[in-house]
Amino acid sequence: MSGRGPFGRLDWVSVILYALLVFIGWLNIYSTSVGEADTSLFDFSTLYGKQLFFIGLAALGIVFVLFVESQFFERFSSIFYIVSIVLLLGLFVFGKTIAGATSWYDLGFFNLQPSELAKVGTSLALAKFLSDIQTDIRTGKHQIYALVIILLPALLILPQPDPGSSLIYFSLFFVLFREGFPIYYLGILIFAVVLFATTLMFGTVWVAIGLVILTLLVYTFKKASVKIPILPVLGVIAVSVLFSLSVNFVFENVFEQRHRDRFALWLSLEKDEEKLDEIRKTIGYNTYQSEKAIESGGFTGKGFLEGTRTKGDFVPEQHTDYIFSSVGEEWGFLGTSTVILLFSLFFLRLIYIAERQKSDFSRMYGYGVISILVFHYFINIGMVIGLLPTIGVPLPFFSYGGSGLIFFTMLLFIFLKLDSNRLKDGI
Amino acid sequence: MKKLLLSSIIVLIGFTFIGRLSYLQLFRFSPDQILDDPAIKKVYDYPERGYIYDRNGKLLVGNQPAYDVMVIPREVKPLDTLEFCTLLGIDKPEFLSKMEKARRYSPRLPSVLVPQLSKEDYAKLQEKMRHFTGFYIQKRSLRYYNTKSAANVLGYISEVNEWDLKNNPYYVAGELKGRTGIEQQYEEILRGQKGVKHIQKDRFNRDIGPYKDGKLDTLPQQGKEIHITLDKTLQEYGEKLMHGKRGGIVAIEPKSGEILAMISGPAYDPALLVGRERSKNYSKLHYDTIAKPTWDRSILAQPSPGSPFKTLNALIGLQEGVIDEDTNFRCYHGFYVGNTLRGCHCGGGVRDLNSGIYQSCNAYFAGVFRKIYDKYETTDKGMSVWEKHMKSFGLGDFLGTDLPTGAPGRIPDVAYYDKWYGDGRWAASTIISNSIGQGEIAATPLQLANMTAAIANRGYFYTPHVIKSIGNKGDIDPKYTEPRYTTIDRKHFDPVIEGMANVYNYGTARWLKIPGIDIAGKTGTVENYIRIDGERMQLTDHSVFVAFAPVENPQIALAVYIENGYYGARYAGHIASLLIEKYIKGEITRKDLEKRMLDKTLEHEYAKPYSGEPFEINEYVW
Repeated sequence: MSGRGPFGRLDWVSVILYALLVFIGWLNIYSTSVGEADTSLFDFSTLYGKQLFFIGLAALGIVFVLFVESQFFERFSSIFYIVSIVLLLGLFVFGKTIAGATSWYDLGFFNLQPSELAKVGTSLALAKFLSDIQTDIRTGKHQIYALVIILLPALLILPQPDPGSSLIYFSLFFVLFREGFPIYYLGILIFAVVLFATTLMFGTVWVAIGLVILTLLVYTFKKASVKIPILPVLGVIAVSVLFSLSVNFVFENVFEQRHRDRFALWLSLEKDEEKLDEIRKTIGYNTYQSEKAIESGGFTGKGFLEGTRTKGDFVPEQHTDYIFSSVGEEWGFLGTSTVILLFSLFFLRLIYIAERQKSDFSRMYGYGVISILVFHYFINIGMVIGLLPTIGVPLPFFSYGGSGLIFFTMLLFIFLKLDSNRLKDGI
Repeated sequence: MKKLLLSSIIVLIGFTFIGRLSYLQLFRFSPDQILDDPAIKKVYDYPERGYIYDRNGKLLVGNQPAYDVMVIPREVKPLDTLEFCTLLGIDKPEFLSKMEKARRYSPRLPSVLVPQLSKEDYAKLQEKMRHFTGFYIQKRSLRYYNTKSAANVLGYISEVNEWDLKNNPYYVAGELKGRTGIEQQYEEILRGQKGVKHIQKDRFNRDIGPYKDGKLDTLPQQGKEIHITLDKTLQEYGEKLMHGKRGGIVAIEPKSGEILAMISGPAYDPALLVGRERSKNYSKLHYDTIAKPTWDRSILAQPSPGSPFKTLNALIGLQEGVIDEDTNFRCYHGFYVGNTLRGCHCGGGVRDLNSGIYQSCNAYFAGVFRKIYDKYETTDKGMSVWEKHMKSFGLGDFLGTDLPTGAPGRIPDVAYYDKWYGDGRWAASTIISNSIGQGEIAATPLQLANMTAAIANRGYFYTPHVIKSIGNKGDIDPKYTEPRYTTIDRKHFDPVIEGMANVYNYGTARWLKIPGIDIAGKTGTVENYIRIDGERMQLTDHSVFVAFAPVENPQIALAVYIENGYYGARYAGHIASLLIEKYIKGEITRKDLEKRMLDKTLEHEYAKPYSGEPFEINEYVW
């Protein structure tokens, strides 16, 4: 065992991966925001200069987290949660509106986004609740408590409006799944999403035909010894078809045109080249420009600071949500796959760490952290490369933004701090 | 299961992302994307278009500055519209609609508001320009013509169209390109190579500096000047003589094949197709379907050549050994085909080669023609020998001139008549009209002039061309400097040329002799018909004349074709005579002859078939 100080048993693999991601992210922010006249890296009027300052703040945050006793986080997790909720409520009165969303407190030097802080608070609170000796996630009552903990901040964030951040809280269900929440809930959810998409793409009739064929195939190829009762299967098909019909109804009557357009773009529903062109210029503009920028990078990319579309600001919000398109244009396939690889390794390493925790609280909190980070990563990159509809969430450690970087860092390092103390937990 | 769930999801997401990125960056990527990258604007630097000079170094075509009034709509401040419109020479509704068009194109980018102001308008506007924010004047280069002649030969330039853009990647919308004539033929030499600068842009289309510090940029290459073979003085004089007449004239220097003049009547001023009035003028010229000024008769009209063609039949007869200088045919004021008498105007009597040519005796040449065919066992064989000789004079096919248009003319062959009459159902007597240059034969004035040059050279010619030298080096295509030999031996030419010289001495053109110059020539009078509203009517004969001079050491060979000018010596003969004198002497001594040609027009002749009333043709009085 090396030293006993605050850095002693820190998981250095995770720390290095974290530092690499922050560094690559900053390089790309630099590329998107550097101008001809800029000379100093520490010019705080520039975005990359500010981001450098935020990285400094994040480093301070790390030091703060590491010097705090690890029990502190478990003990005060409810306080964190309550403070988060209060701050979210406070936004309705004192909030500052940026780009149409009332999501910030103006602290003068810094705009604080409490929805980022609330991710920490909610993860801690959820872990605390689930690790309580009296909690049994298999009971309906406790399932509802857990749902309330997760959904309360999500509901408060939704009307800001910030549906992206709100959606992130659903990632915490993975903590529940890990702790015994029935996985078939997830199966039902995925099945519903597939039904939704296929209904829009092919229509209810084809969905019904597909289901029947699928059932027949299962019955044909199953082992004779396996008995599948026919009635519940028919029931499932009937419910599915009803659901499929309701999808059409909801899509046509409840959704607004802009939502329909987004789905139309995502599922390639629109075949008319002229209308498609119109969509590309309007709601699909960001995605179209982002895809084009990534595509134009090719295998090796155009080189650092050589991205013509990046320099020309062709991709809107490139320094925040669309930062990955800059990687694509300037560093090419080599760059993008490296970043995907780094993120994947980082997440897998964190799962490995979570699984080695002796303390239930630490493991559950770890799962919360991982779920939140993975969900951001999935939605953000999926959107930037045109796989998912446009949902505005930042790419952790990459995207420009102080609150994001600082609270993602704290989220992570609280977990790493808990991990560094794992040997004491058993005592 | 529950421990592996999140890990598997992460791996799955990783693979999905890599797959999508491979599709985007490896499969969909193409390296020449840079060409349509909206972030890179190409700015072109256009070199000046090359000048065109005549054979003596006189400027024909140069460049002149023109001034476009440009507008950037969103920078426009409220202005005195009335004053501005007056300065621009447009009215208010036009001004407003042009402004609206510019705004719709782009509020940020410049549009042309009024193109190609004249120097005078520019001078007036320039001092007031500072009152009108958002407008500026952009200079560009237009063609300037130092002559009012040769419009069809020189050709014009105009903006590239969609077809050009699709078929030639060099051009970008809005650029100019040689459209006809020499401007088209020597487009690449005249235009040079434009330079290109790559400018990095942002999404609002604003410039943000050079792309890659200008590493991909190129400098413009100047267009080269060219010298053409036309003689400015002769060309202009010829067009003056063509006043009020329709037809084509081609003059060639026999010893080089250089085209000295290429005239099509009615002529028009090439400057009409430059500047603001261009499209208006173009429509006027192009849609005049009766006079057809843009239809270059010197190379596109394909009338029957008429009597000048007799000289070739004489040469073939001599070459085939079926006649000699003394062979006689009797003219009965015509000749018999079966029992039908075909007329002749020569006066009748016994004709030999010399008088047959200078009196233009139809009976004599009908006899020669029959003899050529009778030499061979079958008409087919005779026909193909005759056809081979004819084609060696550059007839019946494109000559290969360096002009973008042309016509092949026609020398009929066995297959042609088999199709017409049926195999074996025709003989020399059936096609006897060919002996006197009527019938199925057709030739452009260029081909006739070239044929005359071949006679002047006693047996060979150079492919007629208009290019004399390119840039400083002067190299032209070697195909224009290699002689093309006819199938007739040199010795047979002298008796024929003697006959042609006697056309001036005693024959059909004896009124047109030029003191001090020996000319050899041949008149032609060509019957012709027109179909108007389905009714076929005969018009006054075309007047045709071919000549070269001096007989020894020829400097000029020409063919003149005047539509409905009646007999050969009338209009065509006069004009040929004047052109030869002008070219060789440099001045005209026979002022009365010149005055007659300058004054007389054939408009009354051209109006006849459209008058709707019965009319006389071939009127004796003129």
